Amino acid sequence: MSKSITIDGQSIPFIDGQTIMEAATAAGIYIPHLCHHPEYTPHGSCKLCNVKVNGRVCSACTFPAMEDQEVLSNTAELINDRQKITQMLFVEGNHFCPSCEKSGNCQLQAVAYHLNMLDNYFPLFYPTRKVDASHAEILIDHNRCIFCTLCVRASQEADNKDIFAISGRGINKHLIINSTSGLLRETDIDIKDQAAHICPTGAILIKYTAYQVPIGERTYDHTEIDQVSLNLEKHGHE
Amino acid sequence: MGMNNKIRIATTSLAGCFGCHMSFLDIDERILQLAELVEFDRSPLTDIEHCTNCDIGLIEGGVCNSENVHVLREFRKNCKILVAVGACAINGGLPAMRNFITLEDCLNEAYLSGIGVENAHIPNDPELPLLLDKVRPLHEVVKIDFYLPGCPPSADVFWKFLTDIIEGREPFLPYELIHYD
Amino acid sequence: MIHFVQDLVESNHYLPTRLLHLLREIQARYHYIPNTAIEQLAELLNIPRTHIISVIEFYSFFHLTPRGQYDLLISDSITDHMLGKIPLLDYLTKKLEVKVGEVRHDDLVSIDNTSCTGMCDQGPAGLINGYALTNLSLTRIDHLTDLINQQIPLEEWPSDYFLVKDNIQKKDLLLNNPVHMGDALISMFNRGKAETLNEINFSELRGRGGAGYKTAWKWQLCCENEYQNVDALDNVATNNHQTRYVVCNADEGEPGTFKDRVLLNSYAHQVFEGMTLCAAIIGAEHGFLYLRGEYLYLYEKLQTILKDRREAGLLGKNILNKNLNFDIEICLGAGAYICGEESALIESLEGKMGIPRNRPPYPVTQGYLSKPTVVNNVETFMAAASISVYGGEWFAKIGTEKSKGTKLLSICGDCDRSGIYEYPFGTTIYTILNDCGASDVQGIQIGGPSGIFISNHEFERQLGFEDLATGGSFIIFNHTRNILDIVNNFTHFFAHESCGFCTPCRVGTSLLKNQLNKIIDGHGSTGDVVALEELCQIIKKQSHCGLGQTAANPILTTLSRYPELYQGLLKKISYEPGFDLDEALEAARKLSGRDDTNAHLTQVEIAS
Ligand SMILES: Cc1cc2nc3c(=O)[nH]c(=O)nc-3n(C[C@H](O)[C@H](O)[C@H](O)COP(=O)(O)O)c2cc1C
Ligand code: SF4
Ligand code: SF4
Ligand code: SF4
Ligand code: FES
Repeated sequence: MSKSITIDGQSIPFIDGQTIMEAATAAGIYIPHLCHHPEYTPHGSCKLCNVKVNGRVCSACTFPAMEDQEVLSNTAELINDRQKITQMLFVEGNHFCPSCEKSGNCQLQAVAYHLNMLDNYFPLFYPTRKVDASHAEILIDHNRCIFCTLCVRASQEADNKDIFAISGRGINKHLIINSTSGLLRETDIDIKDQAAHICPTGAILIKYTAYQVPIGERTYDHTEIDQVSLNLEKHGHE
Repeated sequence: MGMNNKIRIATTSLAGCFGCHMSFLDIDERILQLAELVEFDRSPLTDIEHCTNCDIGLIEGGVCNSENVHVLREFRKNCKILVAVGACAINGGLPAMRNFITLEDCLNEAYLSGIGVENAHIPNDPELPLLLDKVRPLHEVVKIDFYLPGCPPSADVFWKFLTDIIEGREPFLPYELIHYD
Repeated sequence: MIHFVQDLVESNHYLPTRLLHLLREIQARYHYIPNTAIEQLAELLNIPRTHIISVIEFYSFFHLTPRGQYDLLISDSITDHMLGKIPLLDYLTKKLEVKVGEVRHDDLVSIDNTSCTGMCDQGPAGLINGYALTNLSLTRIDHLTDLINQQIPLEEWPSDYFLVKDNIQKKDLLLNNPVHMGDALISMFNRGKAETLNEINFSELRGRGGAGYKTAWKWQLCCENEYQNVDALDNVATNNHQTRYVVCNADEGEPGTFKDRVLLNSYAHQVFEGMTLCAAIIGAEHGFLYLRGEYLYLYEKLQTILKDRREAGLLGKNILNKNLNFDIEICLGAGAYICGEESALIESLEGKMGIPRNRPPYPVTQGYLSKPTVVNNVETFMAAASISVYGGEWFAKIGTEKSKGTKLLSICGDCDRSGIYEYPFGTTIYTILNDCGASDVQGIQIGGPSGIFISNHEFERQLGFEDLATGGSFIIFNHTRNILDIVNNFTHFFAHESCGFCTPCRVGTSLLKNQLNKIIDGHGSTGDVVALEELCQIIKKQSHCGLGQTAANPILTTLSRYPELYQGLLKKISYEPGFDLDEALEAARKLSGRDDTNAHLTQVEIAS
């Protein structure tokens, strides 16, 4: 007999070695996430995927599924906390969606929509951060980085490079780039690298591709992130 | 409620572009329906200069100067439900892009050293409002009761919000109506 | 510089795990980590430069820009404040003509704040070029200024400036019965490893670092996969099992804690013996003492003790001719409280940023370099050594049902005799306060900022895991102290020390700091305390590790005891901005030269 856990009362199967996130996704259950990507080593930092496992808060993207787990995900309390965590990500950086090329295709924004987030709730930090437009084809806007390390992992794990790292401590965390000048231009990043396309927000953008998809046809314009995410999972990532 | 049991609404634009107001007017023919149900107090749509008791205050734009603060307070005092309308009201928006530059540099560029500046001096007329060092979203200055995101929020957003209020429901924006751009 | 770095890396065998050590040496010599050194390290160690930069930017004691030749750090522990830190710091900055956080124009001296340096019983304290300074006073500052301005090398400074006292005030089971060099190991070999582990199990010794996990279980888990039952321990030749590590956690970063410092100063042999004991039982050949950077002054002394032990046949190859191989390496931290968390500590030992790992796997199965690793507190190893000599019963007969033995406390704050006290578990707070000469007590912070604040109605409560658990920190406050100042100091501490890995703690602790400041500064209004508490709960619930999960404790434990303190500061209005509105116009006033009434704003609307 296959092993199973329950998520919000629904019994779902899992195989040994799967995380709660993997088991949930395979069963067609969406758990909000930002730093998780099925193709890369789990990181467990954004905490959007936090669920209650037998009463204890765990990150679904890193916690192994095990027999006898009762997982709660869609509770009012967790949804409220996820919204607050998302608001934290917004106030920590500078997210002016109307002037962001990623708008409509941005996972941070889409998760916020999904959580019915209408405002920022907290006071804004307005940190001073830079834009690195040095590279001919790829743009880095540090204002929108949420430190999910997906670019770091993609560069290491898929591209066999080491273009990015997250540096600093606490609220001073920032993305750094592996070149003597610290600018992207001097790295060996290639437009075909996974790292150039993995960013869930508008922090890493491909130049000259902005606004090609009209409003109304962008990824999340009419489809919620839960559907997009599960569909991608089913039909594979590009 | 105002006279005739109509909902009384005040609107204003602080550090905004009137885009939200324009979008509000985009409710097109529904405006007739709306006119049955609401009446306008202080608003660019009317000539009323100061708010009196209102049910709803709709404010677009963030707070960038001392006058904005006064107007915002007048709205807060007179409106039962104060609504931050649009990206700028909610997070400062485009005007808040100046938050990364010191006010001194901003004013120097605009009035002293910028290209094409003549008769260089920083205006000091006591009638003029002074600029805050940073542009602030509304919720950092007064208590805000509801938010209508969007740049601008679509006419449907206004419509949904107002009809919810008029029909006595807790306002709720479904997925289709939530946009930050 | 090129030769210096080359030689340094070479003498450290090109090991990237030694990165912290390398950076420490470079920082000591050049007062920062120059870019050329980063490039060279990257090349020699074959790691990306971004790895090195991220490590430098993570640890408070490393810098990308030059610090002064004399780099002063003043401890920011609440106890330093109680001893007059602020006026002292003001005086110091005036005398030295340099601002906090800056380097003087001639590059001779720089000053900054630093988290608690573990000298709370002899503060105000600080560090100069990493070495502990105690009992700072105005006269000392006068002299210190001269010494710096005359560029007198530290070695020629009066030695009492660097004097660190033990201040042991009360001894009990452990401190009264020190273990003579080698005795714990001899007892173990006589009794057998399995039997010794049984004794430790029987003693019910629980970890002294805070979490209180049963020590014998941890050791057993670490070797479990290999031996079906512990009895097999004695039948396996030492060398034919998998690599394991023993780590002694001497990061002691919890403000108000300094008992590990005293143990390492006066009982180091016994601590090392406890580690060796553990190594013998779990089958480890290599151990680390992770010593917080603030205790740099102990480094040479501890190295000498290790050398003595090697010479005495108690470390190294074939210990006591029992075919046991084990040695200990000392690794220094570099100013990061989070490195006390065991998995962050392991990352740091590996030469990385101290970011807590995802668990499972736990260190006992995948620790240092992914090998099974036991991490224990200094006091835990010390107690284990005693138990090996005197037996489990000796230990277990003292204490309470769930907390056996004694606990070392570092008592400081408002009392006549601060210092180290050893108490059986079950001792009441009342007794402790009596012993240390504390009167007019308003409250006590037990277990440091991450612990709880108890009021003067709770002195019947007892030391122990079932009631008041503590890693050792015990800070007493009398009625002249303002509770919110204390809470504010602690809340700033957590925001400063958050590693930044996870969102709720990275952003949350900074938001918490700001929200608390808002209330303390008198800008709070009706909903602000509710908002504060809600934020506390999110950080506590949703954070990744113990730091975030306890960062709101100072607020939560005082809010539940003194709600009126918070509520009393709130204005009876619906909202007030968290920033100073009139101040926000100051720049514009200056630039326009205006000061008319229109050029000002009141903080809240004045009722008309
Ligand atoms: C933020 C944080 C800081 C910690 N600091 C220390 C410390 O300085 N010393 C210590 O022994 N344990 C510290 N701990 C606890 C360790 O993670 C670990 O539980 C302990 O070293 C295990 O040893 P023990 O079982 O002997 O107590 C800390 C934990 C956290 C979450
Ligand atoms: S990155 Fe996403 S959330 Fe941020 S500004 Fe761009 S679209 Fe908005
Ligand atoms: S740049 Fe993008 S992918 Fe990289 S850490 Fe920041 S948000 Fe994540
Ligand atoms: S809780 Fe704080 S210290 Fe712990 S991992 Fe998260 S950010 Fe780092
Ligand atoms: S998705 Fe699990 S912590 Fe980010």
